[in-house]
Amino acid sequence: MEDHEEQEVEFWRKLDEEGISRSQMLKRSVAAAAGLTILSGPGAALAAGRMRGAAAPPLKGNSVPMSTMIANAKKEGGLNTIALPPDWANYGEIISTFEKKYGINISNSNPDGTSAEENQAIQSLKGDPRAPDVVDDGPAFAISGTAAGLFAKYFNTNFGTIPRAMKDTRGYWTGDYWGAISIGYNANLISTPPKTFADLLKSDYKGKVAMNGSPLTAGSAVAGVFAAALANGGSLNNVQPGIDFFAKLKSVGNWVPVDASPQTVASGQTPIVIDWDYLNLAYGPEFPSAKWKTVLPSDGVYGAYYCQAINATAPHPWSARLWEEFLYSDQGQLLWLKGYSHPARFTDLVRRNVVPKALITALPPASIYAKVKFANNGQQTAAKTLIADQWPAKMGA
Amino acid sequence: MSGRRRFSLAWLGTLPFFAYTLLFLFLPAGSVMLGAFKSVKGGWTTSNITMLFHQPYVLYYKTSIEVSLVTALLGAAIGLAIAYAAIRERTPRWIRSMLTTFSGVAANFGGIPLAFAFIATLGTIGVVTQFLKNQLGIDLYGNGTWSLFSTSGIEIVYLYFQLPLMILVIAPAIDGLKREWREAASNLGASSWQFWRHVGLPVLMPSIMGAVILLFGNAFAAYATAYSLGYQNLIPIAIGNYYSGNVLDNPHLAQAMALGMFAVLAVMMMLYIPLQRRAQRWAK
Repeated sequence: MEDHEEQEVEFWRKLDEEGISRSQMLKRSVAAAAGLTILSGPGAALAAGRMRGAAAPPLKGNSVPMSTMIANAKKEGGLNTIALPPDWANYGEIISTFEKKYGINISNSNPDGTSAEENQAIQSLKGDPRAPDVVDDGPAFAISGTAAGLFAKYFNTNFGTIPRAMKDTRGYWTGDYWGAISIGYNANLISTPPKTFADLLKSDYKGKVAMNGSPLTAGSAVAGVFAAALANGGSLNNVQPGIDFFAKLKSVGNWVPVDASPQTVASGQTPIVIDWDYLNLAYGPEFPSAKWKTVLPSDGVYGAYYCQAINATAPHPWSARLWEEFLYSDQGQLLWLKGYSHPARFTDLVRRNVVPKALITALPPASIYAKVKFANNGQQTAAKTLIADQWPAKMGA
Repeated sequence: MSGRRRFSLAWLGTLPFFAYTLLFLFLPAGSVMLGAFKSVKGGWTTSNITMLFHQPYVLYYKTSIEVSLVTALLGAAIGLAIAYAAIRERTPRWIRSMLTTFSGVAANFGGIPLAFAFIATLGTIGVVTQFLKNQLGIDLYGNGTWSLFSTSGIEIVYLYFQLPLMILVIAPAIDGLKREWREAASNLGASSWQFWRHVGLPVLMPSIMGAVILLFGNAFAAYATAYSLGYQNLIPIAIGNYYSGNVLDNPHLAQAMALGMFAVLAVMMMLYIPLQRRAQRWAK
């Protein structure tokens, strides 16, 4: 008799001793397997029942009193956010202020996630209590997410004062804050500060200039190409000069293909970084030893915004809407301004004189920001196609 | 006892394995193969596949294949030499065990830790770079041609895990190279080179070829190492950019690129099998 047959005989013999017959044994294991698979059922059913019991969330923020919204949101027991790094436009303080103000716990997953991952999380976690309630997407992904039916319509109380170009008029998404491309540099390592894109080609900066990733994968790098294009005779419709600028930067040896991050800024590996102004400006106080300074290049001022949207199948729909109310209230908008970004309602806030002077002076002069240009979706798509075609060959190796 | 049993439950033990293979190998591969032919608007298309034959995708495949071939062949050649040097009789036994232990660790030390270890040593402000520049006057990044983040830099980093993998894989084959053959050959007046050319290499060839294929596949699919070094021109990086980036958004094109990877590996296998059969003549 073979080994495994012996063991099988032994197994059944021992079972016999315990007084369980073979059919009883099989029945019990089937029952156990079935029980384990449906154990998760009641939990999910209870959760769904709890949600069905609450009132349907509103379409317009001003159609329910704030106290009702806060009460309903508190009953839901939490808020799920995704891809919000704490040091990105002051999200850390925004999250903690919201938590303290309303007593709602925020669970922020995948802080370094991408816009594509945010939309994918909505789809793959549908019906799961861990699904993200709100997302902060790049505009292209806000548009594609709307087309895919991922978002719910919602008009927050301050929807009217958001610039028309920065929102979806049907209510699926709203621009939350914008920034412009800036040049940040380490004053310890750089003796002559660069002020324009043209400056970056100087031989003093050999092996020192980096971007926040490659334009094939990072939105701020695409914006860097746009800004370089504007500075070199291109336009929003033609980013070829921008790509050529970076190819030239590489050929003179100034380009270093490292993804700039807080760590590379602190360590000095990327002494000059082309990145969003709110990121570069935040590095200054965050890393005092790096003596990080930021300038807006006067020859190419390009800006872009990110978009807030609410998951159509959000596990906490009231909390999601309360989050948007908070973000677009004066308090929320000023917190974004504190993070060195321009909140969507900036013009409205300035007009009503509610912006503290200190926040305005912390930013580069408004005269440069007045020159900022935004690309629309068509221009962005065309630019991305050109970059995807040419960047690997010109900048890859 | 055995005659009385009508129903053997032994085959039930294979169910977990087949379930696992089905769920984590066949279903994902199948969904990739189907997804490659879907279009973003829903509906079927072959445009994703035809796009692969144009730039920049041709560049991605070319660079991936080049990097994988170079590191596979170099890793195989150098690994074979090191393994043989450690295993032949005149070398003390402890060298072999130390080498295989280190290789076991190094072969799996890929990905993000490896990339950052290299950045910390050979990067623009790495320890070794600074030492060479300040103490020996050699500026690695001086004339702007070499960089850790260039193709040759990536190949050096990949070799770090390719070489030890080769050593691990070829050591048992070298054990099979009998000492008596070497002695007989030198008795008959053969030089070292003649021994290798007529006896040693032909015997080892099937194992060497299998190892080269393994190393090729290992480098071809490597993702985290290149990602951490910011190297863009490889297929796995491109798939990541199109599938889950912040800029490009074309998951079906990414699936088509993955299907292309299957195709490249299939071609390698088709080249390998007849060569393998030829090499195995000597094993008889």
